[in-house]
Amino acid sequence: MSEMDKMPKKAPFSMQIDLSKFEKATEEEKRQQDVMSESTTFFKDSMRKLFKNPLAVFSIVVLVCIILLIIIAPKVVPYGYSEMLQVNGVRDKTAQNLAPMTYSEKELEYMEETGEKLFPHIFGTDELCRDYFIRVVYGTRVSLSVGLFASIIVLIIGVLYGSISGYAGGRVDLIMMRVVDIIYSLPDMLVMILLSVVLKEVMPDMPGLLGKLGSNMVAIFMVFGMLYWVGMARLIRGQILSVKENEYVLAARTIGAKPGRIIRRHILPNCLSVIIITTALQIPSAIFTESFLSFIGLGVQAPMPSLGSLANAARGGLNSYPYKLLFPALMICLIVLALNLLGDGLRDALDPKLRK
Amino acid sequence: MSEKILEVKNLHTSFFTDSGEVRAVNGVSFELDAGKILGIVGESGSGKSVTAYSIMQILASTGKVVDGQILYRGEDILKYNKDQMRQFRGKKCSIIFQDPMTSLNPTFTIGSQLMEAILLHTSRNKQEAHDRAAEMLTLVGVNEPEKRLKQYPHELSGGMRQRVMIAMALACEPDILIADEPTTALDVTIQAQILELMQELQKKLGMAIILVTHDLGVIAGMCDEIIVMYGGRVCERGTAEDIFYSPKHEYTKGLLRSIPSTGNQKEKLVPIGGTPINLLNMPKGCAFCARCSEAMKVCLEAVPEEIQLSHSHYASCWMNVKDLMQKEGGASNE
Amino acid sequence: MSNEEKKVQKLVEVEGLKQYFPVKSGWGKTIPLKAVDGVSFDIMPGETLGLVGESGCGKTTVGRSILRLYEPTAGEVRYNGELVTRKNMHEFRKEMQMVFQDPYSSLNPRMTVEDIIGEPLDVHKLYTTKGERRDKILHLMELVGLNAEHATRYAHEFSGGQRQRIGIARALAVDPKFIVCDEPVSALDVSIQAQVINMFEELQEKLGVAYLFIAHDLLVVHHISNRIAVMYLGKIVEIADADELNDNPMHPYTQSLLSAVPIPDPKIAKAKKRIVLEGDVPSPLKMPSGCAFRTRCKYATERCAQECPALVDRGNGHKVACFNQ
Repeated sequence: MSEMDKMPKKAPFSMQIDLSKFEKATEEEKRQQDVMSESTTFFKDSMRKLFKNPLAVFSIVVLVCIILLIIIAPKVVPYGYSEMLQVNGVRDKTAQNLAPMTYSEKELEYMEETGEKLFPHIFGTDELCRDYFIRVVYGTRVSLSVGLFASIIVLIIGVLYGSISGYAGGRVDLIMMRVVDIIYSLPDMLVMILLSVVLKEVMPDMPGLLGKLGSNMVAIFMVFGMLYWVGMARLIRGQILSVKENEYVLAARTIGAKPGRIIRRHILPNCLSVIIITTALQIPSAIFTESFLSFIGLGVQAPMPSLGSLANAARGGLNSYPYKLLFPALMICLIVLALNLLGDGLRDALDPKLRK
Repeated sequence: MSEKILEVKNLHTSFFTDSGEVRAVNGVSFELDAGKILGIVGESGSGKSVTAYSIMQILASTGKVVDGQILYRGEDILKYNKDQMRQFRGKKCSIIFQDPMTSLNPTFTIGSQLMEAILLHTSRNKQEAHDRAAEMLTLVGVNEPEKRLKQYPHELSGGMRQRVMIAMALACEPDILIADEPTTALDVTIQAQILELMQELQKKLGMAIILVTHDLGVIAGMCDEIIVMYGGRVCERGTAEDIFYSPKHEYTKGLLRSIPSTGNQKEKLVPIGGTPINLLNMPKGCAFCARCSEAMKVCLEAVPEEIQLSHSHYASCWMNVKDLMQKEGGASNE
Repeated sequence: MSNEEKKVQKLVEVEGLKQYFPVKSGWGKTIPLKAVDGVSFDIMPGETLGLVGESGCGKTTVGRSILRLYEPTAGEVRYNGELVTRKNMHEFRKEMQMVFQDPYSSLNPRMTVEDIIGEPLDVHKLYTTKGERRDKILHLMELVGLNAEHATRYAHEFSGGQRQRIGIARALAVDPKFIVCDEPVSALDVSIQAQVINMFEELQEKLGVAYLFIAHDLLVVHHISNRIAVMYLGKIVEIADADELNDNPMHPYTQSLLSAVPIPDPKIAKAKKRIVLEGDVPSPLKMPSGCAFRTRCKYATERCAQECPALVDRGNGHKVACFNQ
């Protein structure tokens, strides 16, 4: 476009008169002037915007690093999260509360004897002689997956409930929203604590993964499924009410499209950005809840660690071993910050109101 | 009598967006005489509103005047500092917007908003400002001004709100009133009321008006002089008679052909073909060339210069150059 | 069906259409907002009826009620003599379609042009193979003057005029005989308006569709319509041939409406004496008694406040609802 400025501005009359230039231009020549800009889809455009945002890119990099870490680390590090350190098949009782990157006396002896190099305790060990690094890695795993699954539960229930309520409108909407209001008024922490106590009584042994996580975790998921979706449902309903006003929804009704099709093809795709943003921001809040509950001792079942329970355990020896609190706390901060920044980046990239 | 009050010289305004520089105004020049009504007409994206906003220095944050001068009584307002600019806005030049629904703050009463404008720019005390506000409302034909002053914007109809906006704009007796599509959001009968009011006030108070609109009908009834804009450039400027009865730019001609006339109903409209210009992708030559039925090779290559056709009539179209050349047998003197 | 004996059967008959919306007035009480209050008119096949009025007069609601986008409070709509009800409406959606006002919000931004135009075909299952669907879509795009190469683009990549063409192609997909055009050109630039108006006229010649053309721009309506109906506060106050209405308006509201139209000709415009109406349109929640227009009418009498004038034929199908004219 800058040629326009550089072009010498000739006064028409001082210009060499070239009559051939005053012939009619052909349609072809004219059409060349009229180019449509390159085709982009909404999401391509949004992703381009997202990757232009340095904070968002930074958080994506951090999150990818953390995810790679929690996948790869357990395969590389030869220690288990629940096993006490052993040297040569014998329990190593000297490996209590080691500082980061140090070895216990017995390990040092062993290494000297055999000349074999043992895997270092990157974050040291805890008071039960367990490798702290792998515990933090597993804790991150638990916290992240709790956050993710809780958000997915919230997403599914919230979107279903909100879209039905928003699209149906009228009396249906009124009743459904009053239900939401009632749920809003329930104290979530109280319900969660009560539920975990009741679950422990009712079914002390749950099979499989649930058993490993413990009844507290099941209570957390249930509470998310029962109580936390209301925010999402309200948001989706509001969004649908505003999207519903668009004339393309009326147009679809004029065509004769059924409500299901209208919700699926016209309304939900246009709420997608809000859904994505909210879910991205829901994960850190779920992680926080889990960490908080674990911290007050209502989280995952020992020996399974979570970032919150690790932080809680570190409280005791805070004066002597402050790093034990530092590592899980830092991890929580990093995850939550990265997810929040990513959520903000997504909002900037996806929210049509901020777009030109 | 005809004192030049505002002179815009070679104005360039650009918006710097994610997708690149958008040259909204590309070398616009015009003059405004005191007490005259100047119309700027063009379609969306022609740069007519941006020109008006550039004069008021109220562009969106991405917009910037890149080049040119805006002279108010010989002083370049682009060189004003913030304080001088604040004095200029409101006191010397004020603006009314298209949408009377959003240009009033819904949380304050009409009275407090009107009085704020008056207190800001004059040395009146509160009581005097109140009296002045009531006086202004009477002037713009709002009935029961005392009652209205205590009302909130949502209690008034669209036409009433636009009247309040006009009262607010005129409260400090500016020399220039910029009206950006003042009647587009209003119904025909209300539009007639507001236009009538503006003409009346102009006669009474003697300010100059810049009327920015896309409606040729509004322009025809109101304006002494008209500027036709397309793609950020001035196509043609002249008196209302020049523009409507002897248009000399292909775009103006096309525009006039494409509006339905009152008389012969079954006469087919002659539309301008093509699609509006993409400001991100401006052609090298005349902005209108891709849609022009008479486009010549030269139109695609070079931007036409403005040629004076009579004492009041200017146009930037290569067709005029061609005509002149043919008339003078190819002679190359002015 | 004695109508069949007449030489042309009416395509659409609207009889006493009423559309009230409940408005909350606190404590669970509602009062009716009379958006449309007893409107009757007919449309012949291949005819254009213009419907003009100011914002809030109910003209858009009339269009939407005919297409059952709202459930009418009272009144009947007949298509080809057959009563349109809620149950059989789905079938009539192939006969009656709509073009919307806002070319920006009337197309789903997440769908390609092909899917937008193809949706009515999908809903009514008007094709057997994928190829047939595509052929139909390309044919429609050609019909409205769109470039077939643009089929895979998204609506937001087009200009207002092109978007309106997409909207028209969507309406034409089911091959309707009647299209409600709800202010289809008022959001467009003047130079593009003419393109779209011409296209409406060409499509009518080619396909023989009838239009209900809703607009507030009298110049445009006069240009495109055979007959024009003028609405004020939910009622039709005058209906006549386009030229007849333009040359000889009888209702005082029509007269002032016509005189308020800005004429794009400086000499005429400056010489013209406008009949400027005083005041604003009353709220439809607080309708004046009798004739709704009486609060702004300079001829208003006692009788206007007591009775509501009926639409009376003054010859040549020129109907007016006024006591004084």
